[in-house]
Amino acid sequence: MMKELNLMQNPYQDDKVIDACSIFGVMDTSGKRFSGEGVIRAIANMHDRGNGLGGGFAVYGLYPEYADLYAFHIMYLNRQGQEKVEAFLREKFHLVHTEEVPTRLTPNIVNPPAVRRYFLEVGDARPEEQSADDYVVGKVMEINTGLEDAFVFSSGKDMAVFKGVGYPEEIADYFCLEQYQGYLWTAHGRFPTNTRGWWGGAHPFSLLDWTVVHNGEISSYGINRRCLEQYGYQCTMQTDTEVVAYAVDLLIRKHGLPVEILAKVLAPPLWSEIERRPPGEQKLLRTLRQVYGSLLLNGPFTVIIAHHGEMIGLTDRIRLRPLTVGVKDARLYLSSEESAIRLICPDLDDAWIPAGGEPIIGSLKNPLQPGAAAGREKVLTAVRKI
Amino acid sequence: MKTYLPAKFIIERDLEKCIRCEVCVNQCSFDNHSYDAEDDEMRSQSDNCAGCHRCVSFCPTGALTVRKNPIEYRDNYNWRPEIIEDIIKQAETGGVLLTGMGNDKGQRIYWDHLLLNASQVTNPSIDPLREPMEMTTFLGKKPDRVEIGPDGELKTEMAPQVKLEVPVMFSAMSYGAVSINVQESLARAATEMGTMWNTGEGGLHPKLYQYSNHTIVQVASGRFGVHPEYLDLARIVEIKIGQGAKPGIGGHLPGEKVSVEVATTRMIPPGTDALSPAPQHDIYSIEDLAQLVYALKEATHYEKPISVKIAAVHNSAAIASGMVRAGADIIVLDGLRGATGAAPKIIRDNVGIPIELALASVDSRLRQEGIRHRASIVISGGIRNSGDVVKAIALGADAVNIGTAALVALGCHLCQQCHTGKCAWGICTSDLFLTKRVNPDIGARRLVNLLRGWSMEIKDILGGMGVNALESLRGNRLHLRGVGLNDTELRILGVRMAGD
Amino acid sequence: MAARNETDQMVKIDATGIYYKELNYQLRELADEGVPKVELHNVYGQRYIGTGLRKPLEIEIFGTPGNDLGVFMDGPKITVHGNAQDGSGNTMNDGEIIVHGHAGDTICLSARGGKVFVRDDVGYRAGIHMKEYQDKKPKLVIGGTAQDFVGEYMAGGILVLLGLNGRKEQRANFIGTGMHGGVIYLRGSVESYQLGREVGTAGLEETDWRILKELLDEFTEHFGGDAGKLLKHDFIKLFPLWLRPYGKIYAY
Repeated sequence: MMKELNLMQNPYQDDKVIDACSIFGVMDTSGKRFSGEGVIRAIANMHDRGNGLGGGFAVYGLYPEYADLYAFHIMYLNRQGQEKVEAFLREKFHLVHTEEVPTRLTPNIVNPPAVRRYFLEVGDARPEEQSADDYVVGKVMEINTGLEDAFVFSSGKDMAVFKGVGYPEEIADYFCLEQYQGYLWTAHGRFPTNTRGWWGGAHPFSLLDWTVVHNGEISSYGINRRCLEQYGYQCTMQTDTEVVAYAVDLLIRKHGLPVEILAKVLAPPLWSEIERRPPGEQKLLRTLRQVYGSLLLNGPFTVIIAHHGEMIGLTDRIRLRPLTVGVKDARLYLSSEESAIRLICPDLDDAWIPAGGEPIIGSLKNPLQPGAAAGREKVLTAVRKI
Repeated sequence: MKTYLPAKFIIERDLEKCIRCEVCVNQCSFDNHSYDAEDDEMRSQSDNCAGCHRCVSFCPTGALTVRKNPIEYRDNYNWRPEIIEDIIKQAETGGVLLTGMGNDKGQRIYWDHLLLNASQVTNPSIDPLREPMEMTTFLGKKPDRVEIGPDGELKTEMAPQVKLEVPVMFSAMSYGAVSINVQESLARAATEMGTMWNTGEGGLHPKLYQYSNHTIVQVASGRFGVHPEYLDLARIVEIKIGQGAKPGIGGHLPGEKVSVEVATTRMIPPGTDALSPAPQHDIYSIEDLAQLVYALKEATHYEKPISVKIAAVHNSAAIASGMVRAGADIIVLDGLRGATGAAPKIIRDNVGIPIELALASVDSRLRQEGIRHRASIVISGGIRNSGDVVKAIALGADAVNIGTAALVALGCHLCQQCHTGKCAWGICTSDLFLTKRVNPDIGARRLVNLLRGWSMEIKDILGGMGVNALESLRGNRLHLRGVGLNDTELRILGVRMAGD
Repeated sequence: MAARNETDQMVKIDATGIYYKELNYQLRELADEGVPKVELHNVYGQRYIGTGLRKPLEIEIFGTPGNDLGVFMDGPKITVHGNAQDGSGNTMNDGEIIVHGHAGDTICLSARGGKVFVRDDVGYRAGIHMKEYQDKKPKLVIGGTAQDFVGEYMAGGILVLLGLNGRKEQRANFIGTGMHGGVIYLRGSVESYQLGREVGTAGLEETDWRILKELLDEFTEHFGGDAGKLLKHDFIKLFPLWLRPYGKIYAY
């Protein structure tokens, strides 16, 4: 029963769901859309980092014809679930278009749920004081915690998450992802340790158009979660990845902090290092740690966070999980292993391993220029602006 | 600085029995006994007495008695004598309190609350002295099913398996922590009894190569002594992640214990500290464990089972599931009461969970996930007798490791001074004067005797239950009942209340 | 897939789509046959290359080898024409790895012997817990810069940091933290806060220069450049202040 989200995701009621993985992301910073074929090959090349219990992708710039509409992707266990949710959507939104998400028979994909997508406009049902985004988040939570046998796993505009139980290349095959085009793709191969895997539990995790893919285990999860609960987030999935998604939503969407500052909250410099910075910066960094100390993500992690127009790679501050960056013309690649990047782009302009806690940001606002090793400096200067 | 610490014990000498033979002087490694030649008098001072009873055991006339120092503090349930004395020690040294052996605190021992079944009337018990009673156990990954080809031939290829004649192995104890004579005793006893001993992370002494067929070699965070020949010799290669006595922390074998010989097997220069980092620095995540498991499988050409040992901690069930999926053929769980040659006391006594609960939840979880057959489970940490062994197997273990029990068989009196390197019984020391107190001929004999006694007892218990093969008991929790346990404890253990 | 040339002296393998288990199996077979040299082309992430070989073999890799390159290796010589990933030279006993590019984290972790040359940068914890034993002394020469915790727990061996990537001086923190053996030669200088508490600094003595010269000769032989010119630069030596850094932290 899908409503028992905890039980689906965390059937044994462990402290949290522990998993680890391979992650990959590629963004064309000029906004040019491209097919998922390369991303699929890249994540499949890191097959051994997962264990076949979860794979997924996020794609941006996916539905140009419906770019202004919220694109809900919903999995259903049965017909009744679908009927109830569709009635709910018609009541709360203006439903512009709906269709089944095309799939093909794939040998190792067993018992898949039915998956449909809905292009929705926020209509009159929205209370005036609430923003459209907040309204959508509320409705997603309502479906996911209140309606039986249905789960919304993607709800942003002009983007989608595709995920399920299987190796990522199998999930891609199942959802025919080679046929889609986007300007930004992230991908994930999962190695969960305490669940046989549930479709909704695969990565990426998403909220509106924010998505997170994550490698590692966040040892500070207990307090990160309690901190976010104070701000009204319900951590229904009991995973550390969910906590990253909510922390990003809180700090960027609600508290209006820039991405570079977000990185300094999630992976702050050591106190000893803060003390060596110039006074102004010292004050900023000290204040961030004092205020957001409970959101410090401690323990090993690499995340790729994405939303429209931006892709951010970040590792923990003592870099216990790997991340390699590749640059080719306007494209930025992030990957757990360099070989996955090289497989689909052998002649990179530059490739390097960023320092722990140093964010790598690709942005449509700041496109990479074609040309030799300028890539690294471009990416790094954009970050060091702060 | 004058110490405010009172002596723990008082040594009493019956002067009528004492013949001034000086055996006690020679035997005490803590310098408590002396002979005053001028006055022709034996003297004892108790300040350093650890209560190891070496002098008592070896006094030919029974003239010595060691008693607890009856120093009485004012009753205080919170500030108990041990706590007061620990503070005194730290105030005088400013250091981390070290200790040896396993947790000696009063956390519940679940073995004592589990009772075994026997056959009466409805099915017959079996007499093991005259009828077959099988204890053969194979460690290693088992496939999902057996495949038979059209011509009736076996098509299934088994992953490497290791046969045990008795489901009791010796825990990992490194050379350096224990002496070479202790390791030789363990290796010879394991070979004679058809079981395994474990090098720990101190490398393998060439003298013991001849027992390699019964040797588990460890690859731990310090990678001491890990080289191609070491991996080749092993019957099983064990990745050590953690240890019940000190989950989550590394270790320092102090330079003074790194003798020339110890340095040789560890493959480091003599006299340097052998530092074992807290984590294995190539394992920061579950997919990294998979990477090292398969690195070892590559290095040993897929010919040996790879074991992974962890300390029993809060999320053991989830971690164990990940370990099995990461390719471990054997998983070893070491519980709260697991012992050590040296560990910070605060860690030993406060970190981890009891092995009984960890075993029950790991076995249950692996079964719920349908992957129990993909790895064998070995447990350790406070197994005291054959009753504990049988209960562990009924809870779901394939085999158990014993460390403390084996050392007690060699003479250990649990005085908890392992970390001082002064073990008067010659067990946990590299002082050559002391190590020769363990004679491998006698040591092996004592260990074989212990295992033989336990084997006969295990067979008796099995026979009483009416089963003649150990696999009929393995994971068979219907043969267990609980007493004095609450509902949560019974649920986690997966056993019913006695009488139910 | 394996193509032999006329004289049977060298075998070329196109590694496209070959899983590491199969690839390493082929390498072992070839080594057993006495083939002295193998070229691997189109390598994309295959792990453990060079592991479990019991015979000497020269392996040239074109592409990006996977993690744990040469883990537990005992003799082979591996040249990577490209970048290497994490864990190269892990617990290596003997042999040589030459990387014409950068390498990832924990290179030479717990290595006991052998030589590793990296033309460019390396990731975190390079040379962590390298040891030495009798005539075995691992050597790790890094052409560029290292990230934090380089030489952590170092118990032996020689680590050289050249900082030749032209970008910046060594930015790593916690250099040599927990170091209790071996030596690090570093071109240029570092701030004292970048060093672990257990590390001392000194100038190079004659024997140091001799050791360094030998390594730089080899480095420039692999990657070009002028060892003589390099030796005119300032170097410092980092060494453990105590052989027993944690001898005094316990109460008995």
